[in-house]
Amino acid sequence: MTSLPLLRVRNLSSEFVTTDGTVARALDDVSFDVHPGQTVGLVGESGCGKTTTLLSIMRLLPVSARITSGQVLFNGTDLLGLSEADMRRCRWKELAIVFQGAMNALNPVMTVGEQIREAILLHDLMDSSHATRRVDELLDMVGIAASRRDQYPHQYSGGMRQRAMIAMALACQPSLLFADEPTTALDVMVQAQILELLQKIQKLLGLAVVLVTHDLGVVAEVCDAVVVMYGGKVAENGPVDEVYNHPRHPYTQRLLEAFPDLNRPAGSLATIPGTPPRLNALPPGCRFAPRCHKAFDRCHIEAPVETGLGRGHTAACHLLEKTEAAK
Amino acid sequence: MNRRDYLLRKIFFSLVTLAIVVVLNFVLFRVLPGDPVRAVIGRNVRISADTQQALREQFGLDRPVFPDQFLTALGQWSRGNLGVSWSLRKPVGEVLVAKLGNTLLLIGLGQVLSIILGVALGLLAGWKRKTAVDVGALTFSLIAWAIPTFWLGIILLAAGSTWLGLPTGGIVSPSNVGKPLYTVLPDVAHHLILPTLTLTILYMGEYMLIMRSSIMEVLGEDYILTAKAKGMSHWQVLRRHALKNAMLPIVTLIAINLGFTVSGAIYVETVFSYDGLGKMFQTALVKQDYPLLQGAFLLLAVSVILANMLADILYTYLDPRVKAA
Repeated sequence: MTSLPLLRVRNLSSEFVTTDGTVARALDDVSFDVHPGQTVGLVGESGCGKTTTLLSIMRLLPVSARITSGQVLFNGTDLLGLSEADMRRCRWKELAIVFQGAMNALNPVMTVGEQIREAILLHDLMDSSHATRRVDELLDMVGIAASRRDQYPHQYSGGMRQRAMIAMALACQPSLLFADEPTTALDVMVQAQILELLQKIQKLLGLAVVLVTHDLGVVAEVCDAVVVMYGGKVAENGPVDEVYNHPRHPYTQRLLEAFPDLNRPAGSLATIPGTPPRLNALPPGCRFAPRCHKAFDRCHIEAPVETGLGRGHTAACHLLEKTEAAK
Repeated sequence: MNRRDYLLRKIFFSLVTLAIVVVLNFVLFRVLPGDPVRAVIGRNVRISADTQQALREQFGLDRPVFPDQFLTALGQWSRGNLGVSWSLRKPVGEVLVAKLGNTLLLIGLGQVLSIILGVALGLLAGWKRKTAVDVGALTFSLIAWAIPTFWLGIILLAAGSTWLGLPTGGIVSPSNVGKPLYTVLPDVAHHLILPTLTLTILYMGEYMLIMRSSIMEVLGEDYILTAKAKGMSHWQVLRRHALKNAMLPIVTLIAINLGFTVSGAIYVETVFSYDGLGKMFQTALVKQDYPLLQGAFLLLAVSVILANMLADILYTYLDPRVKAA
């Protein structure tokens, strides 16, 4: 990629204070780039910090959490350094987000049209009558008839709600769209429609998209780059082709093996034994070490650092440090 | 389902409830001990058995309870004739209407104040959760909710009359008794201070607690996060997205409380010798004035049913999902 990154996340760390008073390091030193028009997949098991990453970037963490260090450079401006008022102006106009499910992401007592209109008016983009017309345009773009503008979310199907959510996210013409598991809780046909819609809109508007998902197949299909997260850290990061064809981190390798592949339909799927670490009781060394089939002594003592592997591919594993050093 | 069908259904069920209440109200006062004739003539008056029998026939008590007496009662109730109070020797309807005005003045004022203050305090506490404001408001509300009504009334009565020189009871000063209330408003207001304060404190705690938990629940919803992500300030999020959703349980509570206010005033009106329905209720009980009690019960039931129906109607405007349910 030759263009300057639209979003540059550098060494972002966040922590939660849990109810029993312990501190959970939800994000540790997370770095990745998003270039204009690019789709980046953020994958990993539940609780590995994917959503926290998005919320940290948008500075929408709950009160029990805070960002401890790092930079979020958006078009060269550090969002973490903005005043709350400037950050508010930036939200939705520059960075919009589609939440998972959209079941409750829309206010049940407000019409869908009004919720979209509200975003336009909030950012003073146009007057009231133009805004209403814009709502119809947006709904049309996602395939919802303008006649359903004044209906409430409960009168929509799950897929329609998600499409309305996408229309809402596009209301202020952001340059970067976060999609936090946009297809969770939808049936398979609708999932495909939503992904197709996202892709269509991305091409149409030249949007950059960060897609949070569990589904590695979706990443392969939709994304240009992938960030694999584990236990609040980036395990592996790189272009999708690179990472899928040459996974270097044992976690990525196991993750890909656990995914069905049409080329080996007969084989049973691999599983990764164990569960991700609890973020308030992290292992001392590499966070994946307790579940890693290639772990050796050093893995349990010292955390690996990110190693550059060329062509924008990086991974954090002691095995790579050894091999790269040997070269 | 559209709004009309929903409302028709609610009205139908309200009428069914009313019918059941009317039957119960009739039955209850037939099974209670006591002889209406003896009550009317008084205890110590000697009246011949013949005269008593004549009276009994005049009242229709010689006829069977069902269906004759029931149908007669039903017919008279439906025409607004609730009978004659044994103790006051006045038509029950007339007595109820006179007392109801006074009670509505007191209760209405107390409810409005407690709703405004309680909701505001609950909103503040839920928003500033786990801060000193929250803990303070929560402590106050729990205490206010737990205090026995009569106890708070007596304490305020003692303190207010001793230190602030406020009147100890009644609706107006003795010199103004009998005058229409609107001609002596300052005096009425003066007398209302203490009972209103008592009611406000008592109900405020409940509103605060419900509002606090309601707003806390709503603030945790996904659509609140969406609103914040849109770039709204805390205040805008609260006003545009949280408030309406959080007010839904309060509407229910207001309806329930309004329904029971008439009876809820019994303690306060007794403590402050306030001449309203509550005090009348207490007197009627002590004097075993069955017609008056029967009328009061009917009024209570109707007001509870009406308040609930009102809440149901209001809900269709506040929550679009209700019609679909």
